[in-house]
Amino acid sequence: MSPIVKLIAQRIALGVLLLLAVSVLIFAGTQILPGDVAQSILGQSATPQALANLREELGLNDPAYIRYLRWLGGVLTGDLGTALSSRQDIAASIWPRLKNTLFLAFWAALVSVPLAIVLGLLAVRYRNGFVDKLISGLALASTSLPEFFVGYLLVFFFAVKLQWFPGISTVYDGMPFGQRMMAIALPATALTLVVLAHMMRMTRAAILNVMQSAYIETAELKGLRAFDIIRKHAFPNAIAPIVNVVMLNLAFLIVGVVVIEVIFVYPGMGQYLVDHVAKRDVPVVQAVGLIFAAVYIGLNMVADIAAILANPRLRHPK
Amino acid sequence: MSKELEFLSRGVVAGKLSRRDFLGRAAALGATAVFANSLLSSAAKAQSPVKGGILRAGMQGGAATDSLDPASWSSQVPYFFGRQWGEQLVQIDATGVLQPALAEEWGASDDAKVWTFKIRQGVQFHNGKEMTPADVLATMERHSDEASKSGALGIMGGIENVKVDGQNVVFTLKEANADLPFLLDDYHLMIQPNGGKDNPTEGIGTGPYKVTVNEPGVRLGGEKFAGYWRDDRGFADQIEIIVINDATARTSALQGGQVNMINRVEPKIVELIKRVPGVTIQNVAGKGHYVFIAHCNTAPFDNNDLRLALKYALDREELVQKILFGYGSVGNDTPINKAYPLYTEMEQRTFDPEKAAEHYKKSGHSGPVLLRTSDVAFPGAVDAAQLYQQSAAKCGITLEIKREPGDGYWSEVWNKQPFSASYWGGRPTQDQMYSTAYYSKADWNDTRFQREDFDKMLFAARAELDVEKRKKIYADMGQMVRDEGGVITPMFNDFIDATGPNVGGWAPDGNQEMMGGYALSKCWLNA
Repeated sequence: MSPIVKLIAQRIALGVLLLLAVSVLIFAGTQILPGDVAQSILGQSATPQALANLREELGLNDPAYIRYLRWLGGVLTGDLGTALSSRQDIAASIWPRLKNTLFLAFWAALVSVPLAIVLGLLAVRYRNGFVDKLISGLALASTSLPEFFVGYLLVFFFAVKLQWFPGISTVYDGMPFGQRMMAIALPATALTLVVLAHMMRMTRAAILNVMQSAYIETAELKGLRAFDIIRKHAFPNAIAPIVNVVMLNLAFLIVGVVVIEVIFVYPGMGQYLVDHVAKRDVPVVQAVGLIFAAVYIGLNMVADIAAILANPRLRHPK
Repeated sequence: MSKELEFLSRGVVAGKLSRRDFLGRAAALGATAVFANSLLSSAAKAQSPVKGGILRAGMQGGAATDSLDPASWSSQVPYFFGRQWGEQLVQIDATGVLQPALAEEWGASDDAKVWTFKIRQGVQFHNGKEMTPADVLATMERHSDEASKSGALGIMGGIENVKVDGQNVVFTLKEANADLPFLLDDYHLMIQPNGGKDNPTEGIGTGPYKVTVNEPGVRLGGEKFAGYWRDDRGFADQIEIIVINDATARTSALQGGQVNMINRVEPKIVELIKRVPGVTIQNVAGKGHYVFIAHCNTAPFDNNDLRLALKYALDREELVQKILFGYGSVGNDTPINKAYPLYTEMEQRTFDPEKAAEHYKKSGHSGPVLLRTSDVAFPGAVDAAQLYQQSAAKCGITLEIKREPGDGYWSEVWNKQPFSASYWGGRPTQDQMYSTAYYSKADWNDTRFQREDFDKMLFAARAELDVEKRKKIYADMGQMVRDEGGVITPMFNDFIDATGPNVGGWAPDGNQEMMGGYALSKCWLNA
């Protein structure tokens, strides 16, 4: 087996292990919560007999580790259980929400990641000049504004005043693709503005760091054009930190956008989680928590692997 | 300009602007009299129903945890959707009079203990089956069953049994109740095939729209049911409810035209929204009210003179202007206002520093009075308490305000602490309101108003079938609560909804927000 494959396999195994540990934490956390699940389903007026019946039915009388294993088994076979509040199958009701979240995150990422990197490269090329300051200034300004404010500004100008895009982004199954894109135009723009600066600044800093190296000076002395030096020699060596920050922002786009979802009335995972937390619907909270953890761990793993592939030195740990 | 004129012309039709004023305003805007007159006639024409189109509502009050099971409803969106796809036996109209729905007629035995409802024939469920008295019976059974956890359990508790008798359904009550038909308007009691026992969440009823989209907390949709039995509602081909819990997003959706109507416009932005061309604010006096509640059995509030002093020390007009921005009406220290059937006008209590000081002196109380309030008590409750503090100071009464955290307010402060701010939603009848919060033994008697003579009057009124006699008893009860109770009612809040440019058929209905819940069925889209 080639060392790279082995390393990647190790990383993946580590990720899976971590996810298992997180699942234990999530399960334990929801067990510590005060109150009894049966009681919270049946409400205060429940009779002791009804409580006992429901406990039996839900298997709450078994020891915690058995319930954990049963839950984990269910998760592995795609059965996330049934929501306490609406009695709907969790997997079936999460899936459309997750799809929506991924759809929005995908388009926001597709715009923001290349844009951030190109702007970062441009900032390095014209460093300390007008262009650099303009790019950095605008990006920092858009990040410094709270996301709800950016959202409301976009709604005010583009939905209410100009009426170019809808102000609410309700999407549903069977919606034509064009309409769907129109619907997510504003939230995707808001998200882009929110995550842009972080990635752009990181790209700029990482490349500037490399630009101090001796081999860059050599390249300059060889007479290469400034942009070629950045593209061919500096960027590949700066890729690891850039990938890291990009992945962090992608994770944010998936798990951290509840405010944007509320403002634009976008039916994503964030609002779904909040609704169920409010009703103390533990199985749903567990399921969403696990999905969010998996996203974080997965994306961080991708960042690690990309860094290893980009930097041969990391392949040979001392 | 034309948008503004159109807006004005609708004002004329709605009776908010005289024809003369309209023509004057039109001239000021530079329109010729002929053009202005033609606009006026097209606005008048728009008042006859137009069929077709998709009517959309943007609503606060929905969550991903909502269900189509009527027994589970407790928030706005599922309730409002239910009003479009389901029907009860009866319906309270905008004037508070009970109208037939799935029951054609009804009547009571002389002692008001046995009620007979004649069930309408030829009404179809959305699944094609005909609605029968057996379905009515099954519905009542399901909502009486403890296991259903129905929101109507409290209502069903007073019913001894329900039986089918030919085309009739007969309710036998444990105790006489002249208001039983009103109780059956409860939105949980949608008549469903076999009472919904087979599948509580299938969402099949007899309403004008059948459920086509059910994405809880996101979007709910309905399609006109071809077999619907009446023709005075259900004009749009399709209806859609979009859950928009954020107030700003809701208003911008209405302005942008993505929805035709919204609920819960915040009083403080009403004046701004009014200026938007095409948008009409629809406010109506409701039964909901904000209260300061003093426990009649706890010192120092067990002294009626202190309670009266506190009642006179409140500037109600000021609170209506500053907290509700005028979108409400002053309260009179009872939970009842003119939106209730059998209401009798009483002398309005006003801010009176002299009387307040007089009663305060008589009470012999000294030192500050502690009032607990919180952001969640009602919108603006903290500000309201401060205004109350200032007006009380003018009467020589020191109110000490304690701001409590919102989390836990309803479990730790309300109905526990002797003097606090709170709110009440309305009930369909006076009997319901008084039974819930003023009957001696009620769990929610949050003023600890425990008077045997009041309870006796409550029962007497409940069993009384003679309307005039009942009205008299309720007037006496209202007087008693006003002068001796522990409730200090500064104001009744309006329901404030808003409609977009093309909505026709809106009529005020104070039973609930959104035209008593029937807005999507009773309105139409002007082409």
